[in-house]
Amino acid sequence: MTNLPIEPAIAVTGLRRWYGRHVVLDGIDLHVPEGTIFSLLGPNGAGKTTVVQILSTLIRADAGQVRVCGHDVARAPDRVRAAIGVTGQFSAVDDYLTGEENLLLMADLNHLGKAEGRRRTAELVERLGLGDAAKKPGALYSGGTRRRLDLAMGLMGDPRVIFLDEPTTGLDPRSRRDLWRIVRDLAAGGVTIFLTTQYLEEADQLADRIALLDRGRLVAEGTPAELKRLVPGGHVELRFADDRALTAAAAALDVVPDRAELVLRVPGDGGVRSLKALLDRLDAASVEVDGLALRTPDLDDVFFAVTGQASDQTSGEVTAR
Amino acid sequence: MTAITLAVRDSTTMLRRQLRHMSRAWSVTLMLLAVPIVLLLLFVYVLGGTLGDGLGGSGGRGAYVDYVTPGILLVTITGTVQGTAISVALDMTQGIIARFRTMAIARVSVLTGHVLGSVLHTLLSLAAVLGVAVLVGFRPDATAVEWLAAAGVLTATTFALVWLAVAMGLVTTNVAAASNLSMPLTLLPLFGSGFVPTDSMPTVLRWFAEHQPVTPIMETLRGLLLGTPIGDSAVIALAWCAVIALAGYAWAKRLYNRDRTR
Ligand SMILES: Nc1ncnc2c1ncn2[C@@H]1O[C@H](COP(=O)(O)OP(=O)(O)O)[C@@H](O)[C@H]1O
Ligand SMILES: [Mg+2]
Repeated sequence: MTNLPIEPAIAVTGLRRWYGRHVVLDGIDLHVPEGTIFSLLGPNGAGKTTVVQILSTLIRADAGQVRVCGHDVARAPDRVRAAIGVTGQFSAVDDYLTGEENLLLMADLNHLGKAEGRRRTAELVERLGLGDAAKKPGALYSGGTRRRLDLAMGLMGDPRVIFLDEPTTGLDPRSRRDLWRIVRDLAAGGVTIFLTTQYLEEADQLADRIALLDRGRLVAEGTPAELKRLVPGGHVELRFADDRALTAAAAALDVVPDRAELVLRVPGDGGVRSLKALLDRLDAASVEVDGLALRTPDLDDVFFAVTGQASDQTSGEVTAR
Repeated sequence: MTAITLAVRDSTTMLRRQLRHMSRAWSVTLMLLAVPIVLLLLFVYVLGGTLGDGLGGSGGRGAYVDYVTPGILLVTITGTVQGTAISVALDMTQGIIARFRTMAIARVSVLTGHVLGSVLHTLLSLAAVLGVAVLVGFRPDATAVEWLAAAGVLTATTFALVWLAVAMGLVTTNVAAASNLSMPLTLLPLFGSGFVPTDSMPTVLRWFAEHQPVTPIMETLRGLLLGTPIGDSAVIALAWCAVIALAGYAWAKRLYNRDRTR
């Protein structure tokens, strides 16, 4: 990726940042081609926010080169600022202004004319489904609405690169899906998107390429398919009431039981067909199943596969749908 | 766009934001106005009869209204400016400040918005307080030019103290600390010639009262509005304003530009 004919939207080499003696980013290299969705995936404390803060000119790098849209963030921060839109991990709306006033404020700061500002505001309210919020002050919003307003404010300047720092953390599944749709629409319009997340599923759903960040270092990079190939597949977890049922089921399915927890882990994708076949076999052996959960690979599995150890945080597993 | 037009344009935008905030928090605005008016009424009606006689003539309450009004005007400024320090500290806790820092705007405009908003706010409050003062018997004998000069002195004082207050709001990280830090400003008119002449004070206090910045400002206002001798008060007053404004501006700018994560 070193000899690209056109400069990538984001080019980072040897990025380092430390707080006191704590090295938070330890030599990051990133290249994000224009018009793609790039996801920085990592657990809490990995350094995702710090990367976004440096790329969006909020804080300085201690070492390394960072170029966004062809401009050096240290030497031409205003050039970079003119080309980007940022939705940080923590909401950046003015709580005392209504949704509409927040957007008009952004229009003014982007130096759009009065009429153009009103037009863009109406368009963004429509596009991001902010109709209800437009007349309410920011302090009264729900999490999902806040995120969308936040994003809309970042879009006012028609940015070529958008930074989204954990845009769906803390959102309910519906708001999360709404946001995903919006992100896809933006990417379809040719905007480059740099997104951080703790959810493998989110990166998988949205990103063209994913980089795995672990304690300030990139430990893997590739397409979602490439990364998932590294990870053992999902499995079905069967729970039993007692040891007798567990033993019978283990014999019927030919897998090694987990006697301590009274569960069996059967490799499989959790599709309806294979699930039914599985339960049929247990039925035939007259084994009673106490509970069942589908386990899809999550961030922990990826980290385990890549680094050989679990990430610092224990993320929750995806249970029965 | 040149740097100057950009700064003017963005500052105007930020001023509009500030005015919106003030109109949302109108109860605070009213409170800031009520304090000097209550003080004025207290000093005129409760203490004014006695204090007025102590001024040297036997002018009583009427003489005291004239004497105390410039002091009350300064109380109006320092009180409103304390509100500025608090509102800046509060604003800096808002996430939108980080957004401003990632936008291609004149960086100082966040601060100039606060400054312009507070100056306007203070000038309006000053007009209201002056109105009440006239109602309770304030009788200035100023000519139009003297009124203009007095307005200039008040504006310069406000401008200077607002910049200082903005810096105080930035140096603290919470509202309570901003309030405490700017508190001494509100006491300056009291420990000066605001309510009683300095020559009635004990030596140490008197020295402080005569050399602190607010006293020459009040003496200049008295001279312009009431015809008392000004002497070198005007020059000293304006020099203080210039020093405080420049120091406040430089301090505020430095605080705003520092890396707040370090
Ligand atoms: N202002 C700061 N001062 C000291 N340490 C910090 C500061 N900001 C972040 N860190 C540290 O840097 C590391 C990475 O933080 P961050 O970038 O917020 O991670 P993430 O966004 O992936 O959760 C963490 O260990 C955090 O404690
Ligand atoms: Mg973070």
